[in-house]
Amino acid sequence: MATFVDRYAEEASVIKANLVVSFVALGIGAFFGLVQALHRTNYFRFIDSVDYYTVLTGHGVLLALVFTIFFLLGLFTWAVVQSLERPMPDIRLTWAWFGLTTTGATFVAIAILAGFMPSIDMSADVLYTFYAPLQAHPLFYVGLAMFIVGTWLAGADWFLAYRNWRGDNPDERIPLQTFMVLTTMLMWYLSTLGVAVSTVFFLIPWSFGIVETVNPLLTRTLFWFFGHPVVYFWLMPAYLMWYTVLPKLAGGRLFSDPLARVVFVLFLLLSTPVGIHHQYLDPGIAEGFKFIAMTNTMFLLLPSLLTAFTVVASVEHGARQRGGEGYLKWLGALPWRDPAFTGMALAGAMFAAGGFSGMINAGMNINYLIHNTLWVPGHFHLTVGTAVALTMMAGSYWLVPQLTGKRLYSRPIGLLQVVLWFVGMVLMSNAMHRAGLVGIPRRTAEPQYQSFDFTAVIGTVGELRAQIAIGGTLLFLSVVLFLFNILLSAFEEPIANPVDDRLPAPLSGASGSPLVLDDLRLWTGIAVVLVILAYTLPLAGIVGDAGFFGNVPGVPVWVSANAEAIVETLTEVIA
Amino acid sequence: MEIHAYEKFWLGAALLLIVGFIATVSYGAIGAGVEMIDDDGGTVDPQNLDQHPKFSDPGVYKSGPNEYDVYVIAKQFLFQPGTSEPIRVPANSTVTFHVTSADVIHGFEVVGTNANTMAIPGQISTFTVEVDGPQEYGLLCNEYCGSAHHAMEGTMKVVPEDEFNASATAGGA
Repeated sequence: MATFVDRYAEEASVIKANLVVSFVALGIGAFFGLVQALHRTNYFRFIDSVDYYTVLTGHGVLLALVFTIFFLLGLFTWAVVQSLERPMPDIRLTWAWFGLTTTGATFVAIAILAGFMPSIDMSADVLYTFYAPLQAHPLFYVGLAMFIVGTWLAGADWFLAYRNWRGDNPDERIPLQTFMVLTTMLMWYLSTLGVAVSTVFFLIPWSFGIVETVNPLLTRTLFWFFGHPVVYFWLMPAYLMWYTVLPKLAGGRLFSDPLARVVFVLFLLLSTPVGIHHQYLDPGIAEGFKFIAMTNTMFLLLPSLLTAFTVVASVEHGARQRGGEGYLKWLGALPWRDPAFTGMALAGAMFAAGGFSGMINAGMNINYLIHNTLWVPGHFHLTVGTAVALTMMAGSYWLVPQLTGKRLYSRPIGLLQVVLWFVGMVLMSNAMHRAGLVGIPRRTAEPQYQSFDFTAVIGTVGELRAQIAIGGTLLFLSVVLFLFNILLSAFEEPIANPVDDRLPAPLSGASGSPLVLDDLRLWTGIAVVLVILAYTLPLAGIVGDAGFFGNVPGVPVWVSANAEAIVETLTEVIA
Repeated sequence: MEIHAYEKFWLGAALLLIVGFIATVSYGAIGAGVEMIDDDGGTVDPQNLDQHPKFSDPGVYKSGPNEYDVYVIAKQFLFQPGTSEPIRVPANSTVTFHVTSADVIHGFEVVGTNANTMAIPGQISTFTVEVDGPQEYGLLCNEYCGSAHHAMEGTMKVVPEDEFNASATAGGA
């Protein structure tokens, strides 16, 4: 019995390369998070408040796009190879998309980090959402476009692997993990059209000066066309692990294969026609379209609620296999000393809390109270920041040994790490939610103002700040422990079976699920129709208002950040 | 496809929850009349706000008995009016805000209330609020708008009716 690396050495190398990029981004992004947590709470400041936005852009892009998506690229490659039980069709193609995504991500990182150095005339302090007419250096948009195209090639690579497998297995059901990868990628192709059109047709020509103006509402709407489904692109790797790995770690097996397929199909159908729920407060979009997005969003709760059932049922089954009994006493029979299990279980528990605050966000009218307040980052630090990030870290404790053939350096440190994350996030996220309720905004370096104060309903604003600062510090420590644990594992001696990597078959197997679930063409077709219904009229209205290229000139961030440059421009204008 | 009894129960409960959420939001919109920001505000040329009948001189305009229109321009890094002078409206009145931006995307939030909108260049956000008794509110920009975003703030003063009328006749609004 050998492990993954012994069977697929070349694939293991590409996957490891993806994880290295992912973890480097995690380290830098987490450090930026620490800087923010201490700066905006006024506990420790060593940067200028102007540079806060460079840090914030770096934190958002490096964690939300680079850390998560490179982990996905690695995990999905592993899942396709191990569930189809065959190597990638051509490893050069696999390395090619890794090269393209990495180059793109590096360009984006350079454009952002240059913002720290006034001597370099480059900046991308436009935050993760890069709303025009704030204008970043062209390198930022070019890098982003390359990164997206790279992910498309990765998807093509996995589809190719599937097609080859299908040739040899004409009558088999699509293996569950591959099914999850393929449906996620179909969702991704559909949704990234928005950001691809926005960057390639509008933002890149505009940042180079070929086009003078933009239609800010159009590029913003195209961003959210992609910006909500990307949330599920982060989440689906976590779901893949919760469905196919967590039950095994718990000592059992997946409860239901058919229901898992239903869930992924629902995500393919509903992830994209909801983006307008990020624009409830935008002018220029009629209330009816917002209502459609709201309805779709509420139905998108269904696959997550179903997942809660299936995952808890599978874990309970595992506990009972291990001798657990009673209504709740079985919880004690779970392998709580295993960091991979405990991390994923805690991540799942926090995702439930994040789901509830997400329901508030989705409520079109109560959203007005919390829109763009600290409530929103409080919410997504539970979802992408814990459900996804903690599952990825915990999953690494089980996955990385299969890729290296070496055991984890320390399980107790791993356990401490996942618990630290949980505690840190409880403090930080709960304080952020409460701060949002009193109107404290997100995305600002100085959350205190000259002409008014915030008053907390329960507790004090000072106590909320303390929780955010302490929570942020614990989270950073947790990442440091994680990275050191993974790094030190590289120096272990190779052994034959570093982890138990067998994945048992589900209790209710694929044979019980209707064949139509595997009809990817049908689901893609319906998904496209839903997107057309949700977006055609709003986009037509927005283009009708100000045309494709709009009437708003760009406001480059690296000029507005630099007082000298403004003076220079003014002198030129006067002369 | 085999669906266990508990799964069916859970599925039903989940659907009930979802339909319940949609029903409450629908009730809020139709029954309780919670107004959303939509496309009613229309458009404006952001580079020629000075040619707009109202945005050329933003501020408070009386539009009917006890009803007022407030035109606000958001720009890097101030509200006009709001920042250098407070927005003054009379107590117990109906106030309709018309908010736009002269440069990048901003937010306009009356702190601690649900009076909250995006300000997008080229678009006008319109929303109506019922103003209670005299009170001073903070205003802030809640969308990152550039390097001094954190300094973009202002105030709104709800003043007693007689005080408002006195200042209005003195040439204010």
